[in-house]
Amino acid sequence: MIEIVSSRRCIECDICVKVCPANVFDRVPEAAPVIARQSDCQTCFLCEIYCPTDALYVAPNAEGPTAIGEQEVEAQGLFGSYARALGWRRGKPGGSDKDPTFRLRVAPR
Amino acid sequence: MAICCERIISEDAGEGPVGRGELRQMTADVLVIGGGPAATWAAVAAAEAGASVVLVDKGYVGTSGATAPANTGTWSPPPGERRQAAIAARQPRTGNLADPDWVERTLDEVWQKLQRLSEWGYRFPIDDDGNPYRANLRGPDYMHFMRRRVLRAGAKIFDHHPALELLGDAERVAGASGVDRQSGRPWQVRAGAVVLATGGCAFGERMLGAAALTGDGYLMAAEAGAALSGMEFSSQYATAPKPSALNKGLPFAWASFSREDGTRLETEGKDRYTVVATALLEGPVYAQYDKAWPELQQWLRQGQPNCFLPLDRTGVDPFAERWPVTLRCEGTVRGVGGIRLTGDDCSTEVPGLYAAGDAASRERLTGAISGGGGPNSSWAIASGNWAGRAAAEYARQIGGAPDGAVAPLGRAGLRPSADVRQDVTASELAQIVREEMLPLDRNYFRRAVNLEASLDRLDTSWQTVSGHMREDGAEAVKVREAAALIAASRWAYRSALARAESRGMHRRTDRPTADPMLECLFEVSGFEAVRVERRAIGWSAAA
Repeated sequence: MIEIVSSRRCIECDICVKVCPANVFDRVPEAAPVIARQSDCQTCFLCEIYCPTDALYVAPNAEGPTAIGEQEVEAQGLFGSYARALGWRRGKPGGSDKDPTFRLRVAPR
Repeated sequence: MAICCERIISEDAGEGPVGRGELRQMTADVLVIGGGPAATWAAVAAAEAGASVVLVDKGYVGTSGATAPANTGTWSPPPGERRQAAIAARQPRTGNLADPDWVERTLDEVWQKLQRLSEWGYRFPIDDDGNPYRANLRGPDYMHFMRRRVLRAGAKIFDHHPALELLGDAERVAGASGVDRQSGRPWQVRAGAVVLATGGCAFGERMLGAAALTGDGYLMAAEAGAALSGMEFSSQYATAPKPSALNKGLPFAWASFSREDGTRLETEGKDRYTVVATALLEGPVYAQYDKAWPELQQWLRQGQPNCFLPLDRTGVDPFAERWPVTLRCEGTVRGVGGIRLTGDDCSTEVPGLYAAGDAASRERLTGAISGGGGPNSSWAIASGNWAGRAAAEYARQIGGAPDGAVAPLGRAGLRPSADVRQDVTASELAQIVREEMLPLDRNYFRRAVNLEASLDRLDTSWQTVSGHMREDGAEAVKVREAAALIAASRWAYRSALARAESRGMHRRTDRPTADPMLECLFEVSGFEAVRVERRAIGWSAAA
């Protein structure tokens, strides 16, 4: 589930409020958005890749909240790690032309 | 005449949606409800056919639905012998319920539309010959791209605008109303035709895309008088690293599975899911991608990066060590059942109402087995285009959005039949659906005694939500979702009782073999009393 909106990284563009398919964030005037409905999160990680400053972190546990903190996520280099793996940058798509999944579809099993 | 028409005649049309702020009223030739691939293709097709189009989605067009968080194949064999061979090879696996002519028509439409995606500039992977490889669509990129195509085609998009109910006039469906869940402001769209592309029902499972996939379209269509079909084929499950939501199967092709004590599960030549499901009923099951050689490991990581997030982020090396897995229920999303189509143009029993993508029954394409991955992705494209074009043509013929009186068609959660109770919540009802629909020993492996026990509880829940619950504005969304979850579950299990055999994903442990007499369809409809009717296939199943 969504765990962290880093106020240090966030530029308050509110894109996450707009793009979350489960509507988990609320806008806050003059501040970073807040996680208002965490239990509605579907753990899809898509907010991370739409964030232009890699300020969001989704923990992979879909069942409930975890105790991970911002320092730990920063230290492990996890902010923006999914976007980098896809080739998305600053909230914009990229990398689909380099997707090697077609090799997997014909690889021996 | 559809049921909705009879109802409307005796109805006072004055009752509008309630919420915060002034009602936002709009008109369109075609209203599309939903935000995934079927909805976006429908919106583009309708707009290109000359219709004014409004698209409303519960979430955000670009991230909504099961496709956006995925990396999906498309089933798109080229025209000619290869395509005929692919259709013939798949037909027996469908429990002989699919229609080879319909499959061919789907593949033909998809072939053309993937070509179009390429011409529009979607960045397909480039294969070793330097050609675009069109049998793969990376979800986040594809849906981001489709959002822009919808806008470029001139359709209007309203994100976070869940539809709560359809509207009807004396003749046909006439639009929908709902709420902007971020502002609380109610909206109403009068339309000449409506396309439901709201996806399947995941029964409240925590899987990718399930936030929106509560069966809302089934509920709205049935309230307007449509029937459903194939709802017994609602027991598809996918392996996922526990406790993640990642129901993506591809990397597991190179996994081995083991029990707590380390003994390997024998999956060779068997249905991997059934082996894992059986073992999970006895205790924890672990997986390890130990069959992936180094080069393939790189392709997996680069091609399926989200599949590695649950493992990388918890410090697990998925190739070198084992980790716990679970099975996530995918209901009718990767199952089959949905709104019954009555025409080649994705029309339904209700005039002016069309269904596309996972909202529609996919029996005719994929029979009793999952169309997960390629076939469903192709179906979303083909049916979205058919429905969008047909809706535009229907709206043109009737002269666009209606001017006269329209009536709201929603019931459960909006207009209770008895006194409102405050002692029950939507989340409690959704939890009952999870308890009855997600467990492997109730839904993956089915038997009459369990189905009947689940139905007792679900029927009682339906009495509660339809008789005694009512919410306004954004709060109404959760109650309507609960009503849709319960309704879909009842239709699924009633159909599962009627199909007293095992076929495809429908596994009755008390009827373990297929019955040749049941090479037929089951249509289901109704709320207070659910009716299941047997129907002849109606098409030639010979490949």
